[in-house]
Amino acid sequence: MARVVVDVMLKPEILDPQGQAVQRALPRLGFEGISDVRQGKRFELEVDGPVDEAVLARIHDLAESFLANTVIEDFTVKVEEAAEVAEAAK
Amino acid sequence: MTARIGVVTFPGSLDDRDTRRAIRLAGAEPVALWHKDKDLHQVDAVVLPGGFSYGDYLRAGAISRFSPVMETVIEQAKAGLPVLGICNGFQVLTEAHLLPGAMLGNNHLHFICRDQKLRVENADTAWTGDYTAGQEINIPLKNMDGRYVADAYTLEKLEAEGRVVFRYLVDGPEADGYGNPNGSLRDIAGVTNEAGNVVGLMPHPEHAVESLIGTGRTDGLPFFTSILKKLVNA
Repeated sequence: MARVVVDVMLKPEILDPQGQAVQRALPRLGFEGISDVRQGKRFELEVDGPVDEAVLARIHDLAESFLANTVIEDFTVKVEEAAEVAEAAK
Repeated sequence: MTARIGVVTFPGSLDDRDTRRAIRLAGAEPVALWHKDKDLHQVDAVVLPGGFSYGDYLRAGAISRFSPVMETVIEQAKAGLPVLGICNGFQVLTEAHLLPGAMLGNNHLHFICRDQKLRVENADTAWTGDYTAGQEINIPLKNMDGRYVADAYTLEKLEAEGRVVFRYLVDGPEADGYGNPNGSLRDIAGVTNEAGNVVGLMPHPEHAVESLIGTGRTDGLPFFTSILKKLVNA
């Protein structure tokens, strides 16, 4: 089993009021020096069987047509190695 | 003979009944359509109503856009079927790429519910023929994700082609319904496709069709009389 991670972020030119609200809260929490925060979405897809080119291509299509709206969002697709998954589960 | 106008009910739709009522008041025959049913039951036009279809999970309208009924709506809209998307329906239409741009959370991060003043910019669409260009109307607005965005090229194209159908009126006191309520670019409240058969807007005309209730005005009724006139005269 392998994990494929799709990260979705608003395009840089799109205003992100949620990220701004988080950024404005930081000084109150004693965090200085953070000039900007942008908030995105992370999807973790657990794939049955090996992640080959064909599977990745399908996930890319899925991200492009559904997980992200490419009018306003950019996305990246990456495979998480089994070792990393095991590490994260500890 | 009158026109049959379908209203889709998705899980989470809220304004489907009000929309059917508005259609009836305008003199047309409302037809309830179900999200799982691909069949449009020979309707002459379709309205996608407001609400929070599929909980607005992922993005507003993102999941509804893949429902069985939308397969047919998308196909038929491309062939000229008149389609109106109100609020969540507008979000579904942008997610389905039947209308350009996208909807995002209000810039102030709050739900908003109030009467809103708008200017009708285009009275030539299938849904706005009974208005006059430049007319100012007052209808309810209630939404979380009402911020219309599109890239600079798309905005210029929409303006140049007269496809901004409604704009929020901003010059006046907020208490009287003026102002940009959600940070929409260029105060855009509604747009149309190239052919003018598909229209989407955030405010709710179906809640302003009887003088007895709501705003006390019937500023939303012309949406439904416009389409009826267009269909009957066609």
